[in-house]
Amino acid sequence: MATIYVDDRPCRVDPQQNLLHVCLSLGFNLPYFCWHPALGSVGACRQCAVKLFRDAHDRRGKLVMACMTPVADGARISLADPDALAFRAGIIEGMMHNHPHDCPVCDEGGECHLQDMTVMTGHDYRRYSFPKRTFRNQYLGPLVNHEMNRCIQCYRCVRFYREYAGGRDFNVFGIRNLVYFGRYQDGVLENEFAGNLDEVCPTGVFTDATHKRHYTRKWDLQFAPSICIHCGVGCNLSPGERYGLLRRIVNRYHQDLNSYFLCDRGRYGYEFVNSESRLRQARLGIAAGKWQSLAAQPAAAWLGKLLAAGDVIGIGSPRASLEANYALRLAVGPRRFFAGVSDVELRLLRLAADLLRRQPAPTLREMESADAVLVLGEDVTNTAPRMALSLRQAVRQQPLAELEPLKIPVWLDHAAREAAQERRGPFYIATPAATRLDDIAAETWHAAPGELARLGFAVARVLDESAPAVADLPPPVQALAGRIAAALSSARRPLVVSGLACRSAALLEASANIALALRRSRQDHARLAIAVPEANSLGLALLDPRPLSEAAGAEALIVLENDLYRRASASWVDELLAGERRLIALDCLEHPTTRRASLVLPAAAWSEDEGTFVNYEGRAQRYFAACPPPGEIQSSWRWLRDAMREAGREAAAGWQSLDDLLAGLARDLPALAPVLNAAPPADFRMAGARIPRQPHRYSGRTAILANLDVSEPPPPPDPDSPLAYSMEGNPDQPPAALLPFAWAPGWNSYQAWNKFQEEIYGPLRGGNPGVLLLAPEPRPAGDFFRNVPPPLAGRDGEWLLLPLYHIFGSEMLSRYAPAIRQLSPAPYLALSAADAGSLGLHAGENVALWLDGRAITLSLKIRPDLPPGCAGVPAGLEALPALELPAWSRIERGHG
Amino acid sequence: MLSADERREIEAEIPRYPQRQAACIDALKIVQRRRGWISDESLRDIAELLGMTLDELDAVATFYNLIYRHPVGRHVILLCNSVSCWIVGYSRLREHLRRRLGIDFGETTPDRRFTLLPIVCLGACDHAPVLMIDQDLHRDLDPAGLERVLESYR
Repeated sequence: MATIYVDDRPCRVDPQQNLLHVCLSLGFNLPYFCWHPALGSVGACRQCAVKLFRDAHDRRGKLVMACMTPVADGARISLADPDALAFRAGIIEGMMHNHPHDCPVCDEGGECHLQDMTVMTGHDYRRYSFPKRTFRNQYLGPLVNHEMNRCIQCYRCVRFYREYAGGRDFNVFGIRNLVYFGRYQDGVLENEFAGNLDEVCPTGVFTDATHKRHYTRKWDLQFAPSICIHCGVGCNLSPGERYGLLRRIVNRYHQDLNSYFLCDRGRYGYEFVNSESRLRQARLGIAAGKWQSLAAQPAAAWLGKLLAAGDVIGIGSPRASLEANYALRLAVGPRRFFAGVSDVELRLLRLAADLLRRQPAPTLREMESADAVLVLGEDVTNTAPRMALSLRQAVRQQPLAELEPLKIPVWLDHAAREAAQERRGPFYIATPAATRLDDIAAETWHAAPGELARLGFAVARVLDESAPAVADLPPPVQALAGRIAAALSSARRPLVVSGLACRSAALLEASANIALALRRSRQDHARLAIAVPEANSLGLALLDPRPLSEAAGAEALIVLENDLYRRASASWVDELLAGERRLIALDCLEHPTTRRASLVLPAAAWSEDEGTFVNYEGRAQRYFAACPPPGEIQSSWRWLRDAMREAGREAAAGWQSLDDLLAGLARDLPALAPVLNAAPPADFRMAGARIPRQPHRYSGRTAILANLDVSEPPPPPDPDSPLAYSMEGNPDQPPAALLPFAWAPGWNSYQAWNKFQEEIYGPLRGGNPGVLLLAPEPRPAGDFFRNVPPPLAGRDGEWLLLPLYHIFGSEMLSRYAPAIRQLSPAPYLALSAADAGSLGLHAGENVALWLDGRAITLSLKIRPDLPPGCAGVPAGLEALPALELPAWSRIERGHG
Repeated sequence: MLSADERREIEAEIPRYPQRQAACIDALKIVQRRRGWISDESLRDIAELLGMTLDELDAVATFYNLIYRHPVGRHVILLCNSVSCWIVGYSRLREHLRRRLGIDFGETTPDRRFTLLPIVCLGACDHAPVLMIDQDLHRDLDPAGLERVLESYR
């Protein structure tokens, strides 16, 4: 640590950092624009000027930009110096020349960093009385809104989009006072992280286009600490609600995971909650396609009667909370609790959990600092998107390590990037088809999943003689394995990334072998990350459900927050539901399974619910409701509790709150007991008070329901959390797991996260939320997996059909959000040009895809990146039947 | 489409840089020298040749005020409006051009003879006010001198 003197006050600070970073860490209000904790310093805006003095006797000093000045032990600086104050006020005044001052109609108004900084510097009177420059705005797609006139030219957007996220369809145009940030021409921003521009932009140039359609000011939103439901990474979110409508999602800082950035599926998928397809009322099927509404009590009694009769099985869900899944497991009994995923997926999830017991998974922050990466089989951008953004940063590690002799600090962003030029650390991608990270890869290799696994086994073998050998490996693949092994073994923090996308156990085993081989050669920092498909995939697997294929034979079947038609073939599901069998579906959205249900129970959407998700690391994270579920809707676990109560089940009848359920879960499944510590319990209080979900400026609370009753109703009770549906409560910073939104005096924008961290870009005060459920067992390692798959034997006239993932489209819930639906692909069949040519087929033609004796007609798309003998279809689209892929298929010219 | 000559000239520049894209300024200049300006079509062709996106190349093209993204006349007048020329009366020259040619900054005469553009400095402050037409610098100008200068560009 170094000591610096800030306005004569001695302060202990990080000597590796710049003055702005440490001043903000110390809690000083020093204005800035172009600097960003994750993007570093470029010195573009000149806003963070401070006085730097030669020594204690120097009273004149000189102005320096705090973000560009390294900390020096003993340095004396002044923030309050009149010259520095005047300079900073002048910079703002210059920036405000062209700013339209349209705050009342600007979506950023009230949470605008430019507003905050203007107030902070004291610039309050406009002297510039000339015309302002104006621009034409662009259509940037359904997610991001563009209003260029508000721009203050800080260059953050283009630095994030191009340099951090790797987008190439966005740039800065022009010069002088006509600098334009946008695209070459109107069009949808291609990058999967474009939505972060909303938060990266210090003012209202880029705003949330979905929020605009149901806009509410930040101060009028009710927030909750939440976890993303749209994939297995577990990003922390801050959803905002008003008048019963979920209005938007913004990032909630988590040092180990999302830090400052989300993917666009996580940010914009939320609108499924407001969908027309929401289930709002319990209903009983009385004839085919005919339903009768049911009040909550008789609905629960109906289910209770079935439970009491006893012959009921339950199917869980990887997108339902651990608590809801546990409640179902308890209701039907562990032997009658089945996984709501395919058998292959369940087996892989168990394998992933076993691997996590061997060695903890890397956090996203650790992935960013990996200095050699192998991605084996997973199209990360489309299956665990936020992870891909972290992986993209990893290629900078080796060039950054070379900066040391040049004396360039890592935070000096453009100097560091200039020094690195186009040099990138080793990054290898072996996947079935092209991925959105290929542009940073040293080498890519596309092959069928089994072949990729063989490559992985071969890499492990090169690293460690005791790993199993791979027979009959073609020399070029062997050579590639050698290059990958060399890169990984010479790295300090090598990383292997795989996942469940290929539905291949051999791939996971090969990845595990590589990680094991690296650790056996004493590379203690070698890491293995396995992307899991859904928000609670691992949580479901940890409840030890039976394979779905064994679900059969009972009188009644409860399906929890799941569409079985996405999990198994339609014929299998139809058979499961055939006859007099009763189907009880609990979910928030209408889908093919709920349409077939005898009884539908409307479940709270995740933003109205509280529960726990277990992410790819095995980290249990609690999410809380932004608003209570409306009307008769309630949490799935409460429906199940009510039914169990009706059935006279003692264990669950007494559950009054989530904590009661969790206590039961911890008793029943001691291995999962740490889940109790994912967040403080509902009776947690700060100075005797709850934590408010609403900002202190929340308006209209006495009038908001005046059309129904002129007296203000009490806030809805919340037995499940220490949070209140109110602006009243303790204003201090709560534990990080309970932090609903970031707002600090003088800091109304997202930049307020600075005020909640122990150190800038470090942990939130009180520690990062979540607990790891799968602590590695004390004895390490384990053995090498030895089942090396044989080489792929092509089949005459048949194609190996592979799932191709789409960030927009492959995940079910987000597809109910109109903006995401708009960006989802239409169904297609992909073939390489050579394979299409061999069939005499052309792009756009209709082709018949034969699987299990049935034909599906699809439009042909040419994907030059597909390996020969392989075909692809988009994964998870509703228009396509559930397919257990990879699978062999025949392809013919279609009709029409 | 780029002509064979343009393509050859650009290809000759590429090896001079560590990356292909770095030749983009040369490429823009080569095409502009032959065609007078950079059309959207030229931009597309150059971007494709150098492996750049349109956004990346246009960011460079629009940054440089001497790369023209609109058609210009046969002769381009670059009139300095920076501080020295401003002090000694560049505005009289601008007014004269406006009266004689009917064009202001950013405009081209209907007969496409002249385009008038501002420029920040021509490095001849000691002879202000100055302007440049095509490659020729004209110094110590007054409206009468300017009138004579214009005559020599047909």
